[in-house]
Amino acid sequence: MILKTLLTSSAALILTAGAALAQTVAITNAKAWTGTAQGTVENATIIMVDGEIAEIRTGASALPSGATVVDAEGNWVTPGIISPFSRTGIEEVAGEDSTNDVSAGSSPYSVALKAADSFNPAATPVAVTRLEGVTRIVVAPGTGSDIFAGKGFVADTSGTLDSILDDDAFVFIRMGEAGAGLAGGSRSAAWTRLRAALSDARTFPARYLSHDAGDALTRVDAQAFGRAARGQQLILVEAHRASDIVRIASFARQIPELNIAILGADEGWMVAEELAEAKVPVIIDPFQNLPASFEQLAATQENAARLIEAGVVTAFAHLGDDGHQARLVLQSAGNAVGNGVSHDDALAAITVAPAAIFGLEGLGSIAPGATADLVVWDGDPLEVMSAPTHIFIDGEAQSLESRQTRLRDRYLGLDNGDLPFAYRHTVPDSE
Amino acid sequence: MKQLNWAVAALAGLALTACGGNSDDPSTSEDSGDRILIDKDPYPSTYTPIESNPVVIRNATLLDGEGGLIENATLLIQDGNIAAFGTADEVEVPSDDDKLVQIDAAGKWVTPGIIDNHSHLGVYPSPSVSAHGDGNEISAPVTAEVWSEHGIWPQDPGFTRALAGGITSLQILPGSANLFGGRGVILKNVPGRTVQDMKFPGAPYTLKMACGENPKRVYGYGSGRWPGGAPYSRMGNMAGYRTAWAQAVEYKRKLDDYIENGGEPPARNLELETLVGVLEGDILVHMHCYRADEMAQIIDMSHEFGYHVSAFHHAVESYKIADLLAEEGTCSSMWADWWGFKMEAYDGVRENIPMVHAAGACAIVHSDSDIGIQRLNQEAAKALSDGRRVGLDISKAEAWTWLSLNPAKSLGIDDQTGSIAVGKDADIVIWDGDPFSTYTQAEQVFIDGAVMFDRNDPALQPVMDFELGQPGEGDAK
Repeated sequence: MILKTLLTSSAALILTAGAALAQTVAITNAKAWTGTAQGTVENATIIMVDGEIAEIRTGASALPSGATVVDAEGNWVTPGIISPFSRTGIEEVAGEDSTNDVSAGSSPYSVALKAADSFNPAATPVAVTRLEGVTRIVVAPGTGSDIFAGKGFVADTSGTLDSILDDDAFVFIRMGEAGAGLAGGSRSAAWTRLRAALSDARTFPARYLSHDAGDALTRVDAQAFGRAARGQQLILVEAHRASDIVRIASFARQIPELNIAILGADEGWMVAEELAEAKVPVIIDPFQNLPASFEQLAATQENAARLIEAGVVTAFAHLGDDGHQARLVLQSAGNAVGNGVSHDDALAAITVAPAAIFGLEGLGSIAPGATADLVVWDGDPLEVMSAPTHIFIDGEAQSLESRQTRLRDRYLGLDNGDLPFAYRHTVPDSE
Repeated sequence: MKQLNWAVAALAGLALTACGGNSDDPSTSEDSGDRILIDKDPYPSTYTPIESNPVVIRNATLLDGEGGLIENATLLIQDGNIAAFGTADEVEVPSDDDKLVQIDAAGKWVTPGIIDNHSHLGVYPSPSVSAHGDGNEISAPVTAEVWSEHGIWPQDPGFTRALAGGITSLQILPGSANLFGGRGVILKNVPGRTVQDMKFPGAPYTLKMACGENPKRVYGYGSGRWPGGAPYSRMGNMAGYRTAWAQAVEYKRKLDDYIENGGEPPARNLELETLVGVLEGDILVHMHCYRADEMAQIIDMSHEFGYHVSAFHHAVESYKIADLLAEEGTCSSMWADWWGFKMEAYDGVRENIPMVHAAGACAIVHSDSDIGIQRLNQEAAKALSDGRRVGLDISKAEAWTWLSLNPAKSLGIDDQTGSIAVGKDADIVIWDGDPFSTYTQAEQVFIDGAVMFDRNDPALQPVMDFELGQPGEGDAK
């Protein structure tokens, strides 16, 4: 009883839903953006069985018996949106150190730091993010005192305790101005450290049999960097200036087995051909159009359109307040459309592209066999005035409540009620 | 004309000793016999509207910014002002003026220019290198003596990005480290060689104050060098404000006594001059305050010392006390959806703006961001749609008051701008579609009747000094 009173009704709903697997749901009358060669399918019926998409059909036809039916009423249905970079769930309140696990400047370790160890699916930003249609989040640790931030992870936004999909998904490294500062004061120092660390990791464990430490990494960090250093894991590198990006692309060509993507890339459009040739994908913030630093002088909102036009695999992220506002990736994508990106490419940049960059098979598209992450919208998903009406993760209907909606509901109607506002809450069922 | 009015207004009020050792020449005084008057406008606006031809815009969907929407509207601009607007048959367009610029705005929307009453452009400009951080004089918790205009770098490229987003006027505030951060200044968003070239003629000064976490973190906890000095707590914040207001009341008494009875003029005190300006109603208070309970305490304090809070800024919890704010006539300057980055922002809800509006209080969309300022129309759209989903029936025309008229009121410039009304400055935006759509962009931005930005004409897209000769110069931004 005491425990139940601590649960919000949304949390209670999720726990209940979590028990009810093995079900069939049909979304009918959908305008389905599939993210596949099928394109956008009008009057579609999407059938989900046991957490997977079983079938997409058009027109009215008999539905599987026992199916829960959701009538989309002609509205857009998309794959669950994937936020390709944030700190969702590893910080509750950024300004309060006790609740902020983004970075660890005092730790003796770097590459080995796994953000997944810090993830709290019940953190309030998770539900807040889900409510806007984001069903999967890629979360990266922040840098502390090294260019190596650590390992990022991929999770769903259901809020359940088993929501991590891959707890060791990629290594995050910062180069450019930030890397220079972290490595000792110059870009040269950052590159030297990166090369030394790669050498340490690629010769692990042999080198550490004869020496106590590597040139750059502790034994623990060298081991953690091993897969990425051998091309078996993605290395996500933050860089913005055209010259930094070209250097990374050139590095990627020199060591072709490495799997590298770039975060930021505000001047990426200037070197789009080189990126395409080196097959280096990018995750960009389409809002960025200010010379915020000397490494972003040529930033423009047309970065997205120019990169995509050149054939660079491009995903969109919202990088402002990445602990709480990953949800704004949809607005970012909409603004990219306003600045020259096609509607299809913009949707792909928050579904198909991040799935490709992070190797998330079955996510980011609507196709038979794909994971049943689906969102039904009340309008064009990239319009700021639209919102989800139904959200499914792994085929399960998700709550549309968050702590924010509870606060809102408490204070809607300030003038009625005899008791103080603190008495406006859900009374748990007594059993 | 406007500058003349301001000069008269500046000389009409408060008397103080003149600054400097050689400025006690009684010939500088105006209307008080042998009293020595202070110049209240020592850094006057040198803004001059750009010369422009008369313009008629036809076939637009027009939001007047006061809650009205007119389909197939005609708008006539003459001499930099709004001369007439209405349906086609209501507006008499001069037929014999060969300089008349005719714009067919079919499918387009026309609105008042957006006014952002919370910006740090110029004081925290791009690039945000350490040499450019001129927005917080953190040397003491009370720095009412500093003026943001003295920290503004007019070459901030951010002004041009804001212009492309339809911003025609904006308030540049000092930061929120201090209890009293200093004076804010209101600008027309027109590039100038000097700040004075940008200052909104006739606009009042404002005073930035701050509640809550920032002052106690910066001072009490010394930004990591704990212990710093007072305030350590919200109690200390309140004591700090009240001590300063009490000094201002005393200083005002001495000044009034000097005006009435003569004798030795009180020594100048730049800090208290600003606070006295507030007590006399000349300077408008804009206060950074997130939490509902703190706003209520500040309102009581304003009654204690006899001033009015023009607007609470950020005001993340205004929805909890929207009735009190309506009664008090205090505006809330809000984000659509920022929340959670610190404890006092933890209770943010997406419906804050429409809930404040629905309670009859003054709601404003603000940015506090060089990125957010570029699309405040989208912030209003998000808030509007979230409000509608919980049954707050607000029209787009009403919602536009959050973007222009309400901020203009909070800044004391609503008699000159902030809505489409005959005689007001022609500060308007032609949007290439419905400005509540993500895809819509400002096509042309007029300030005092002159086209200061045209998305389809690179020659009418300003490039600041900093960007000349740099990668990306003159590119679409």
